Amino acid sequence: MELHQRTVSELLNEMERGALSAVELARSFLNTVKAHDGRVKAFLNVNEESILAQAQAVDAKRQRGEKLGRLAGIPVALKDNLCLKGEVTTCASKILERFKPPYTAHVVERLQQEDAILFGKCNLDEFAMGSSTENSAYQITSNPWNSEYTSGGSSGGSAAAVAASMAPLALGSDTGGSIRQPAGFCGIVGMKPTYGRVSRYGLVAFASSLDQIGPLSHDIRDTALLLEVIAGHDPRDTTSVNRPVPKYTASLDDPITGLTIGVPNEFFQKGLDPEVEQTVRTALKVYESCGAKLKPVSLPNTEYAVSVYYIVATAEASSNLARYDGVHYGHRAKQFDSMIHMYSRSRGQGFGNEVQRRIMLGTYALSSGYYDAYYKKALQVRRLIKNDFDAAFSQCDVVMGPVTPTAAFKIGEKSSDPLSMYLSDIYTISCNLAGIVGMSMNCGMTKSGLPIGLQILGKEFDEEKVLRTGRMFEKETGWHLKRPTL
Amino acid sequence: MSQTTAPYRLVVGLEVHVQLLTKSKLFCGCTTQFGLPPNTATCPICIGMPGVLPVMNRTAFELGMKAALALNCNIARHTKWDRKNYYYPDLPKNYQISQYDQPMSYEGYLEITTEAGTKKVGIIRAHLEEDAGKMMHDESGRGKESMVDLNRAGTPLLEIVSHPHISSGDEVKAYLEEIRLLLREIGVSDCEMQEGSLRVDANVNVNFEHEGNTVATPIVEVKNVNSIRAVERAVQYEAQRQFDQFHVDHIVMNPTNKVTAKWIDDQGRTEVLRRKEEAADYRYFPEPDLVTVEVDDAWLERSKNSLGELPSQKRERYLKEYQLPAYDAKQLVLQGHAFCDYFEQTAKAVGDAKLASNWCQNQVMQLMNDRGLEIKDFSVTSDRLASLLVLIKKYNINMARSKDAFVQLLETNDTAEAIIKKLGLDVTFDPAMLRDLVKKSIAGNAKAVADVKAGKGKAIDALMGPVMKETKGKAPMDLVRQILQEELQSA
Repeated sequence: MELHQRTVSELLNEMERGALSAVELARSFLNTVKAHDGRVKAFLNVNEESILAQAQAVDAKRQRGEKLGRLAGIPVALKDNLCLKGEVTTCASKILERFKPPYTAHVVERLQQEDAILFGKCNLDEFAMGSSTENSAYQITSNPWNSEYTSGGSSGGSAAAVAASMAPLALGSDTGGSIRQPAGFCGIVGMKPTYGRVSRYGLVAFASSLDQIGPLSHDIRDTALLLEVIAGHDPRDTTSVNRPVPKYTASLDDPITGLTIGVPNEFFQKGLDPEVEQTVRTALKVYESCGAKLKPVSLPNTEYAVSVYYIVATAEASSNLARYDGVHYGHRAKQFDSMIHMYSRSRGQGFGNEVQRRIMLGTYALSSGYYDAYYKKALQVRRLIKNDFDAAFSQCDVVMGPVTPTAAFKIGEKSSDPLSMYLSDIYTISCNLAGIVGMSMNCGMTKSGLPIGLQILGKEFDEEKVLRTGRMFEKETGWHLKRPTL
Repeated sequence: MSQTTAPYRLVVGLEVHVQLLTKSKLFCGCTTQFGLPPNTATCPICIGMPGVLPVMNRTAFELGMKAALALNCNIARHTKWDRKNYYYPDLPKNYQISQYDQPMSYEGYLEITTEAGTKKVGIIRAHLEEDAGKMMHDESGRGKESMVDLNRAGTPLLEIVSHPHISSGDEVKAYLEEIRLLLREIGVSDCEMQEGSLRVDANVNVNFEHEGNTVATPIVEVKNVNSIRAVERAVQYEAQRQFDQFHVDHIVMNPTNKVTAKWIDDQGRTEVLRRKEEAADYRYFPEPDLVTVEVDDAWLERSKNSLGELPSQKRERYLKEYQLPAYDAKQLVLQGHAFCDYFEQTAKAVGDAKLASNWCQNQVMQLMNDRGLEIKDFSVTSDRLASLLVLIKKYNINMARSKDAFVQLLETNDTAEAIIKKLGLDVTFDPAMLRDLVKKSIAGNAKAVADVKAGKGKAIDALMGPVMKETKGKAPMDLVRQILQEELQSA
C-alpha cells in the first residue's frame, strides 16, 4: 500500500521510528490532492503553505526531542462548517463566501494541541443540508469509487477526501446521517458520537439539538484515536457532557464475549435494495460466526423519524440561520430599497434552494397556529423514538442494520426530488433524534463496485462498545483495507 | 387629577424591565459597563457570529432569583430558555434568548401604600432575558445610514409582569417607586430610568357604566415612558383619551384590538404605533443551545438567606421597634439601608427614636444634599450626632441654636460637648426664672396682650421677643411659648 493509503496508526509508527517526516507525509498527501482532487472535488480550500509550515513545526519539535501530541504530523481534513480563526469558513454557502471567524472550533483546537496538521477545508452541502454534497454553492464532490456517483452528504467532502486517500483523517458533522451516510457511500468508517460527547463550539449550527461532530477514517482504530482527541467537556458548550473520555484505542482489540446484536425488523423493509440487504445480512452472519447472538428487536416509531426530523431540524435551522441577514457580516445585497428589502435580497441571493426550502419549512412549523400540530407533536414523537431505543438496548448490546437503503446514487439522480433525497437518510436519522451513538463501516461492495455500509448503533456514551464491535468485523473480513483506484 | 371623581375605573398592568447588576453579560463574558464607545463591549457570542454558543451567567440567574423572592414569587425548580424570533438590526442573532412558557418565577405580589391605603399588586411572572443593542438613526433627514451599537446586546434583564391590579396614577407611582427601592436595596439593579436600567411599559384601559352595562375600552400598551412621572402622566392621559374615544366610536375591548402606543413626553400625549394583530409572530421554541436550569433546595435556601431585610420588613420593624409614625418609617427606608443604619445607631445611642428620625430626615438630609455628600462620607457620624442630641435634650436647646451647633459639628473635629460649651448653650433654664421674665414681658406690652386676646396669634412673637433677648436667644422657645400661653390664660 502506498504511503498516503496507510492508516494513521501505521503512519505514526513510521514517524516515531524516524522513517518518515511530517513534511514528507504532508507532501505525499498534497501530491495526491493535486493528482485527484480536480476530479473528486473534495476540498474547497487547501493551503499548501500553511500545511507545510505546520508539518515543519512538528518535525522541528520532534528534532528538539519535545513531547509530541497524539496526532503529531497527521493531516486532518475539516468539513468547512468548522471554524478556524482567520481562515475563510464558508459552509459551502455564498452568504459566508468571505467570512473569516475570529475564533477556532473546540475540536480544531484539540487537533492543534495534539500536533495534527490542519489539512484544508472540505466541501459539504450548504450549511450541512443535504445528502449528496450537490447542494454546495461551489462544487459537487464525486464518489472516489465512481465519479458518476455522489459521495453522499452532507460531509461528502470529508468522506471523499479520506476514501481517495487525500487525507488519512477527517472531521465531519452529523445532524441526520451526514457522517455515516457519506462514509457508507465512500466505503470508510464514520462515527456520530453521543449527543454531548463532543463540544459543538465553533461548529456552524444547522440544528443545534441534533448536530454532533465526529471522525471519518479508513479503519476503526483511526476513528477511535480521533474520537479520543476530540471528545470531552468544553465549558463553552453547556450541552457537552462532563464525563471522562475512555481510552478507546486501548480496549479496541478486545472482542466482546456474549455480544447480543439487536436486528430491527423496521430496518429491513420495502425500499431496501436487495443487494444491500443481502450484504448486511452476510455481515450479521460474520458476527454470528464470532459467537454473537442475533436478536430481533423492534423500533416501531422508525417510520415517523424522517417526518419528525424534517420538523425539528428545519425549525431549529430557521432560527439558527436567521443571523445571516447582511447586517453585521456575510453577504449583503448591493441594492435595496428598505431594511426589509435588504434582508430578503441578501438572504435570497446568499442562500441556495435547499437552504431556503428548509428555512421556510421550519418557519412554518413554528408559526402560531401550527406549532402544536407540527413542532410540539414532533417533540412528542421524538421522545417515543428515544423510548424505542431504550427498550431495544435493554435487550441487546448494539443494534445493527444498513446505513442507507441503497448504495451511492448518481449525481443528479435525486436532486430534483427532495423527498426521495430525504428518504435516503431513513436509517440514520433516528440515531440523532435519540441522541445515541451511530457508526458506519464498509461491509461489502455492490456488483457495480460501490461500497455498502453497515451501521452499528449503541446507547448513549457506549462509543467504546460500538468501536470494539466494529473492530471484531474488521478482523474477520478486511473490507477496511480496500481503496478505490483513482 | 383626582382619581376618585373620574367617571371611569382605571385598569393598569405594568411590565417592568430591569438590568441586573452583573459584571458580565447574560451569555458571554463581555462587560455590562454603561457608556463605553460603541461596539467595544462585544464578542463573537453577543454579536451572534456563526458557531459560537451561549453560556449562562449564574450570577444573573441568582440576582433574578433574589428579585423574584423579594417579590414573593414562586421559584420554578425547573426552568428553561426559549428563543423569541424576530428580525431587527439591533438583535444580531435575529432571535432573543428569553423565557416563554416556563419562567423562572411566577405568581407573587408587591405591597404598595398610597393615600387610598395599602394593597397588594399581583405579579404574574418574573423571567430573565437578554437585552438587544441600540439603533442610532440618522436624524438629519438626509437619509444617511443607521448605526448599530451592540454594547448593550446580551445584558441580563429581568422582566416583571404585574397583574392589572393598579387602579390610579398614585398607585402607578407607588408601585414603581417600591420596585425601584426594593431592587436597589437587595442589590439586583440600580434602576436608573435615565440610563435605561429600568424600563416600563404600561397596559392601560378603563371600565365604566354605559347604558346599564359595564364596558371596557381596548387595551393600549404605552411604551417610551422614561420616568416614573411620565408613566403616571401617560396612564392618566390614556385613561381620559380612551374614555373620550369610546364616546366617539363605541369600540370595546376584544382579544384582537390591543394596540401599542408611544408616549410623547413634551407634548403630553400618546401616539398609536401599531395594532397588535399585525405584530410579529415570535415563533417561540426551546433554546437548544442551553441546558435547563434546575434549582435545588440548597440553592433556593442560599438565595433566601442572601436577601437581607426588605424595605417592607424594615418599615414594619420601625413601627414596632421604634414606635415611629408610618410617614417617618417610609421616608427613612426610602433613603436606603446605609442611611437607615445611621438612623438606627443614632436612635439607640440617644434613646429617642423620634428625635433621631426628625434629625435624620431634616438636618442630616438637608446638609448632605446641600453639600453633595453621601451618608458613608458624612463626617458627623451617628455617635457624634447622638451626643449632640443628648445635649440638646439635656439643655432643652432650641432649634435655631441646635442647628448652629450641628453645622459646627460638621465643619470642625470638636466634640458635641465642646461645641455646646463654646456656644454657651450648656445652660439650664429655671422654669420659675423664665416665668418671671414672661410676666415682665406681659406687664410691659399691653397692646400685644390685647392683640393676642383679639385673636391675632402673631402678636405672641412680640411678647416672646423680650424673653429671648434677656436669655441671649438661648431659652428653649417651646417652653417660653408654653409658659406665655399659661400666663395669658390666667391673666
